Amino acid sequence: MAAAAVGEERPAGSTGPNHGLRIFLIWLPVALVADWLLYFVYGPHMPPGTMSTSAASQQFDIKVMSVMAAPVMAFVLIYIGYALVVWRREGDDQEDGPPIYGNARIQASWIAISSVIVLSLAGFGTYELAAPGFAGAGAGEGPSPIWKPTSGNVLQVQVIGQQWRFTYRYPQFGGFETTDLVLPVNEPVQFNVTSIDVIHSFWAYQLGVKADANPGVNNVAYTTPTHMGTVTVRCAELCGLWHGAMYNFGKVVSDSAFQAWAASTQTNLATITAMLPPYATSYDPTVVAQINAAMAKAGIAGANGYYYPPNDPVQP
Amino acid sequence: MAIETQPEMAQGSGGGTSARGGRRPWWMRPAMHTALVGAFVGYLLGHLLGNFLAGAGNAQYPNLALSDSSDWPIVLGYVLAIIGWLAGLGVFNDLVRQMAGRPVNGAGSQEAETQGGLAKYFRYELDHKVVGIQYLVGMVIYFCTAGLFAMAIRTELLSPVHHVFTSQVYVEIVGEHGTMMMMLMTSVIVGPFGNYLVPLMIGSKRVAFPRVEALSFWLTPCAFIILLSGLLLGGFPFGWTGYAPLSIQSTVGADSYAVAFGLMGVSMILAGFNIIVTVICYRAPGMRWSRLPIFVWSMVATSFLFVLAAPVLVGGMYMLLMDRTAQTAFFEDSLGGSSYLYQNLFWFFGHPEVYILALPGFGIVMEILPVFTRKPLFAYKVACAGMIGVTLLSFFVWQHHLFDSGINPDMRPLFMLTTELISIPTGFIYLVALGTLWRAKIRLTVPMLFGFGMLFNFLIGGISGVFLSDVPADTTEHGSFFVMAHFHYTIMGGLIFAFMAGLYYWLPKMMGIKLNKRLGQWQFWLMFIAFNATFLPLFAVGMAGQPRRVFEYALNLQTLNDWVSISSFVLGFSILLFVINFVWSTVIVREREERNPWQSRGLEWQIASPPPPQNFEHIPVVLSAPYDYGVKDAQPVADLNPPVGVISAAIAGAAPIGAEA
Repeated sequence: MAAAAVGEERPAGSTGPNHGLRIFLIWLPVALVADWLLYFVYGPHMPPGTMSTSAASQQFDIKVMSVMAAPVMAFVLIYIGYALVVWRREGDDQEDGPPIYGNARIQASWIAISSVIVLSLAGFGTYELAAPGFAGAGAGEGPSPIWKPTSGNVLQVQVIGQQWRFTYRYPQFGGFETTDLVLPVNEPVQFNVTSIDVIHSFWAYQLGVKADANPGVNNVAYTTPTHMGTVTVRCAELCGLWHGAMYNFGKVVSDSAFQAWAASTQTNLATITAMLPPYATSYDPTVVAQINAAMAKAGIAGANGYYYPPNDPVQP
Repeated sequence: MAIETQPEMAQGSGGGTSARGGRRPWWMRPAMHTALVGAFVGYLLGHLLGNFLAGAGNAQYPNLALSDSSDWPIVLGYVLAIIGWLAGLGVFNDLVRQMAGRPVNGAGSQEAETQGGLAKYFRYELDHKVVGIQYLVGMVIYFCTAGLFAMAIRTELLSPVHHVFTSQVYVEIVGEHGTMMMMLMTSVIVGPFGNYLVPLMIGSKRVAFPRVEALSFWLTPCAFIILLSGLLLGGFPFGWTGYAPLSIQSTVGADSYAVAFGLMGVSMILAGFNIIVTVICYRAPGMRWSRLPIFVWSMVATSFLFVLAAPVLVGGMYMLLMDRTAQTAFFEDSLGGSSYLYQNLFWFFGHPEVYILALPGFGIVMEILPVFTRKPLFAYKVACAGMIGVTLLSFFVWQHHLFDSGINPDMRPLFMLTTELISIPTGFIYLVALGTLWRAKIRLTVPMLFGFGMLFNFLIGGISGVFLSDVPADTTEHGSFFVMAHFHYTIMGGLIFAFMAGLYYWLPKMMGIKLNKRLGQWQFWLMFIAFNATFLPLFAVGMAGQPRRVFEYALNLQTLNDWVSISSFVLGFSILLFVINFVWSTVIVREREERNPWQSRGLEWQIASPPPPQNFEHIPVVLSAPYDYGVKDAQPVADLNPPVGVISAAIAGAAPIGAEA
């Protein structure tokens, strides 16, 4: 393992007690135990959990990074701790230390090992991002994603951010708009994230999905929920006064429950849906008033968009 | 009326060839108070002018009223206040004298000797040592002010449901804390230590551009006051990043953000140019690049980041102001602009900026390590290469802030690669540090304690940064408290700990006094423990799904948040301990420190403490490298009284001094 070699390089050039070997022998069990704990004991419980494919891939990445990071960190800390204990001057010793200006072998191996670790992590991250099963790892991929789920049957959910609430449109069900996020389990979901005022960020924590909501942009993110349960949705980009309170809860339900919910919601909201602008990947901000009127009529409390006084330079 | 108090007018009529001072009473001479008067008058003029302009052809605004509902009066008020501030300070005096054909005042350093006293620290002084002390006191004031805002944030976060502040006040505090720290702390080491020590370390009597250097300092209090004045205008609700379009549609408080941040960008550019030119052109004979103290290398690297990154910031802030006032639409999607443009401009500055906040810390720690391990710096060239590598690579990583933004998703593997590559040169710093510790004779002084603290904290900060560079992992961590903990570990744990190390190391040199060692140790342990108690749990809080800048969070995170809040108050107290120690040691006790208490080989330690106004009686000839500890019969680092003719010969290029060393 790469980090082990760092420890082995140390004995070179030492005289007297073999400090390098000692540090290595302290480091090795610590690193092994830390890695074992991180991967097998703590690993399965690491955030953000395994509620969806993208959450699982993120958890796996965090697990792998932890396993790589722990030995490196342990090495530096053990080395510093060892130095503090062993290489302290005794009493009021005014002597200088040995004049060592460098060591070509150690410098070269340090550079080589750190390069190997770093390049392998970059390769690993790229694979995780682009691998077919992970479909962009749940991150926002812009309007024309190149990493998509392989399955053809994808549920479309549009996420519209506005100050200070997320709403969701389901274009495959007549394009109704609701404040409830409901998803079926084991079916790929395509989130089309956009905004009608400022930049927000749609963060469905347990699903491992995060995509910025930019005005005028359709930011696509994929995931496949694999477990049923509750999802916390928070805004992850400072969007103004009530950013801190911009959250809601979604749920992942069975396919039949989802179909029933979608069908009944489509019927219930049919009159409002007719008032909404037709479904599109992004909306002109001037529709805000239209949407608000429609929502107010239906008794749905959205942000009214009237916080900023109308005489400000640019009023969406 | 008030204009008449502006000094260049007064000096123009009565100044003549006499040296400034002496004739006029102190309150007539340009200093901070006249600058404040100038700024006030400038603001009033700009405000009236702005309302006049905004009112012309627009029935919405009444002419010449003191209305705050438009951006024009605020922005023009700020701009004229800056000019008034500088005029009141006497920045333009020499310019006016020169244009009028009168002799200008001297380069300042001789005068500093004669005029003495505390008053010079409140004036536009040209001596780099005065500017260094001004920066030092200024930075401590800015840091403590912004730190108080941080504690206000933590007070609000004590409870997820009960609110101390309204959401309006809370976002104002978040914005003020973040912006003040990020814009002013860029100069926390370059300002005090860079300006003060670089000429001493390279054997120069002066800096290259004393006026530019002094100007770079005097813009910082101006930026600080302008940023704070935003609170009077309702603050700004967009943190330190100021993402458009939120920053365009915000109320007039946002102008204070844009003007202050842009102004600080100008200050960075000025400070950077001065240091680059000083190091390139003002090194003493024999001070080859390979003998340059590593701290000077870090200053050069940081200065290059200043002059290359800050112009982008200034441009971005200018465009933001134009969007807000002249109704251009650089960042307004619905009018043909792009909010991505702002994010690109901001982070193209913003990411090099975080290395502006890291490199000086590396420099200080690597500078003090050889002194207190009594060993040469391990792999000096690797240390230089590491800092140069970080400087270069830092311009190629900015889009990792935009991994989830939907911009250029196909480029993410590239930015993931560059971001992870930058940990290689950063790792060099640890190679150098660990190599220097190898079989050392460590003296655990207070600066060394802070140095170890920095190495410990930055390790955690750096390794957590690798997590953030990985796109899938970043999708969980981005925008959460994890990021916040990460950069507080690198900036507070790295930069500020190094700043403290530098203070305890160099204050005896800069002020000639002893800092209380016992209080210093107390401060270190309190600060180190409280810092880690504050920020380590925040990694977990972020991973558990708490986004940044929120005032409501999940109920089950309250215990951790309360722990963090209480630790942060202890952390604040540890900073107070420093202020107490500083005041106690420099004002009350004033125990003299010997010339070179650390037995350092640094050139700055070979002269008196505090250094005489001209730094060196003669330009020294540097004879050997600064880190030759433990070398039998090592040459002294420099000849402070070189034989007559050596310098002129060296300047003429006749003899490569140091070749014989």
